[in-house]
Amino acid sequence: MNGQIVIDGMTSGAMIGLGAIGVTLTYGLLRFANFAHGEFATWGAYIALVLASLLGTLLGGADGTIGDLTFGWHLLVALAGSMVLTALLALALDSVLFRRLRRHGSGMVLVIASFGASLALRSLLEFGFTGQPQYYSREIAMTVAIAPGMRATLDQLVVLGVAVALMAGTHLMLTHTALGRAMRATSENPDLARLAGIDVADVVRTTWLLGGAMAAAAGVFLGVTVQLRPTMGFELLLPLFAAAILGGIGSVPGAMAGGMIIGIAEAAAVPIAGAQYRAAVAFVVLLVVLLIKPTGLFGARER
Amino acid sequence: MIGLASYLCFFVTLALIYGVATLGLNLQWGSAGLFNVGVAGFAAVGAYVSAWITATPVDTHWGGFALPIPLGWLAAMAASALAAFVVGAATLRLRADYLAITTFGAAISLELVALNADRLTGGPFGIAFIPRPFAALSDQPLAFSAANMLLVAAVAGVVFVALERLTRSPWGRVLRALREDEAAAASLGKSPAKFRLQAFVIGAALIGLAGAMQAQFFGFIAPDNYLPVFTFQIWVMLVLGGSGNNKGALLGAVVVWGVWTASGSLFNLLLAPEWQARGAALRVVAIGVVLASVLLWRPRGLIGERATVSRHVE
Amino acid sequence: MSVLTVETVVAGYEPGLPIVRGVSFTLSAGEILVLLGPNGAGKSTLAKAVAGLVTISSGTVRLRGVSLAGMAAHDRIRHGVAFVPQTGNVFAGLTVADNLAIAVNILPRAERAGRIAAMLALFPDLAAARRARAGLLSGGQRQMLAIARALAVAPSVLTLDEPSAGLSPKLVGAVMQKLREIRDSGVAILLVEQNARAALAVADRAMILAEGRIAHEGHGASMLDDPAVAGLYLGRRV
Repeated sequence: MNGQIVIDGMTSGAMIGLGAIGVTLTYGLLRFANFAHGEFATWGAYIALVLASLLGTLLGGADGTIGDLTFGWHLLVALAGSMVLTALLALALDSVLFRRLRRHGSGMVLVIASFGASLALRSLLEFGFTGQPQYYSREIAMTVAIAPGMRATLDQLVVLGVAVALMAGTHLMLTHTALGRAMRATSENPDLARLAGIDVADVVRTTWLLGGAMAAAAGVFLGVTVQLRPTMGFELLLPLFAAAILGGIGSVPGAMAGGMIIGIAEAAAVPIAGAQYRAAVAFVVLLVVLLIKPTGLFGARER
Repeated sequence: MIGLASYLCFFVTLALIYGVATLGLNLQWGSAGLFNVGVAGFAAVGAYVSAWITATPVDTHWGGFALPIPLGWLAAMAASALAAFVVGAATLRLRADYLAITTFGAAISLELVALNADRLTGGPFGIAFIPRPFAALSDQPLAFSAANMLLVAAVAGVVFVALERLTRSPWGRVLRALREDEAAAASLGKSPAKFRLQAFVIGAALIGLAGAMQAQFFGFIAPDNYLPVFTFQIWVMLVLGGSGNNKGALLGAVVVWGVWTASGSLFNLLLAPEWQARGAALRVVAIGVVLASVLLWRPRGLIGERATVSRHVE
Repeated sequence: MSVLTVETVVAGYEPGLPIVRGVSFTLSAGEILVLLGPNGAGKSTLAKAVAGLVTISSGTVRLRGVSLAGMAAHDRIRHGVAFVPQTGNVFAGLTVADNLAIAVNILPRAERAGRIAAMLALFPDLAAARRARAGLLSGGQRQMLAIARALAVAPSVLTLDEPSAGLSPKLVGAVMQKLREIRDSGVAILLVEQNARAALAVADRAMILAEGRIAHEGHGASMLDDPAVAGLYLGRRV
């Protein structure tokens, strides 16, 4: 396999992994596949776009760039703001919709509701921003040679590094803090978690906040390396599900590995099947996983 | 006057075509509890298969066998059933939402094939010159629309009666029992996977039939007929009408299609051309909010399921 | 003096279908009260109602005179009402150490390490398996971990739902011996059991539940010889 495929695949794989964290955590905890999760990435990207331009207006003058990157510190501030706001959006969607439906039992009703929420959220952005692509920056991305036959834009490298750091941080939080332990415990056995004094409602809120924030980061990174479109998150949804299932539901390292594998498989498939079929690669991987090992790479439990 | 009457026929025809798809989805979800997010994909399979079989030959893409329409519809049902069999056999033994994710992926992949396999599907331009039923009447608009409406109504009627009998048969009772309590039903010696797969396949065949009828009625098809919003519309029809109830499925189809077309005309009338794309987006937002509201406040829809004993343990 | 007071409690999973139909009893510190009864008598439901996992439709549960009405399960443990369920009673995917760490997390920071150390001293088997995932423990170790997890917060009331289920007679004896030690440290224990012989051997008092009501009450081991007790088990020898 050539090195270019690996570096391109890893960059998009890192974004898939970031988004899949939320999918795998909410799936593990609330036992439903959230079809609206991709929209958190889209909303994250557009919220950052608005925040960055607001910053530009408030401070007067356009944002410069950091070194040879295509973006400046306005976008970094906007990224942080967008992660917070998107986390709150995820929380809000849970409290107006999913939390109420959970009280009635059937998990599949939640899936239908999330499918409806996904279309509504996406169309709302289409209403506000039209279907035309948008960009954070008009700068030309500088590429560097990392190894013979391997070139990457500086943007890609920064995105890859930050994404991996965010994923690693999430993993450390889950394994090494009391809150993380409580989250893992609740995901495994909510009743016993209650008996152990864990406020399950708190854990659910934390999970939405974390999933929403990570999805927002994935959306912003996708906007930096590709472009912003109202359908960007929806198109990411199938890779997100495939990565979460491939990695094993509930497992953050699994989501990370699953994302990387899907990203590289997509990049590798382009020269063979053509770029137009890229979106079907995740589906093929998903089918193979479901047929061979439905518990995924890191999944302990049959689901 | 004739214009209005034939428009009404046109409206009812389309509503009933959606109704057939909704009935198919109702068998899958309402009776068997199977979550299909790939309705558009199964409809597309039916539409393309029927188009290949009945359309006149062209050299830009495959198909064009110019065979009779009923043959096209039967083949459409068979093809959608086969697609459902493949998807279902792979995923029905797993958790319920894996079926949802898989059907979603299948629909997206089929859309890609429709869009990109030009030699097969005509690519983004799709397939044109699909013969319409009663083409001989096409110079008399009212008779033509009325004949088409009666044909579709007859098909919808047959499907409705067949499904009513099927869901009341022992087979239908086993399905519902499985949906309510899989362990108990399985302990009676019923293989859950087999019954589910049958329901899934039959439902998909009906969705395929609806896709074929729509193709025949429009006279042309293109990939953007089969976007996820199509799936969404059928779901809203079912949920609003009342899942688990065949009358509800038909009623939901008529009501939702009515609101959808009326709001579309209203936007066209009120909005300046540059705002119409945004108006269309707002329409999808509205229907999403309607779906969520029905699920929250009227989970049984306009007509709920006939009462069945069901236990919910918190 | 009584720590736990249960007064005419009615509870069940669905409105209108009570499983526990008006049960009253008191439980004192340093006492083991055994709850016996045939399957479906409402023993587990009563235990879960005390723990806050099942909603009480009428009647009250009081801890040292204070009503627990409306208090969620995760708050009851903070007030000293601990529960060991029959199944799914450890976090199988987490290590023994993490299971205990989760339990003591509701205590003030300064007390946590001490309580874990106390539990590992009380259950030496667990000390050796600290790094193991709980799902890999033997049945006996698992039950000890479940008890240790509940006991780690020094509760005043410890309720156990059939801790002997699935254990060999030797291990059942070991579990009962542990419960006796725990009782002697001043904890009030409500023990729901099917294994009447083993449970009555450690019981200070016992009640037999039938169809959601108390059908018989007695004092510990003496009940083993009571023909009425055997009768309530529908002819089953106890």
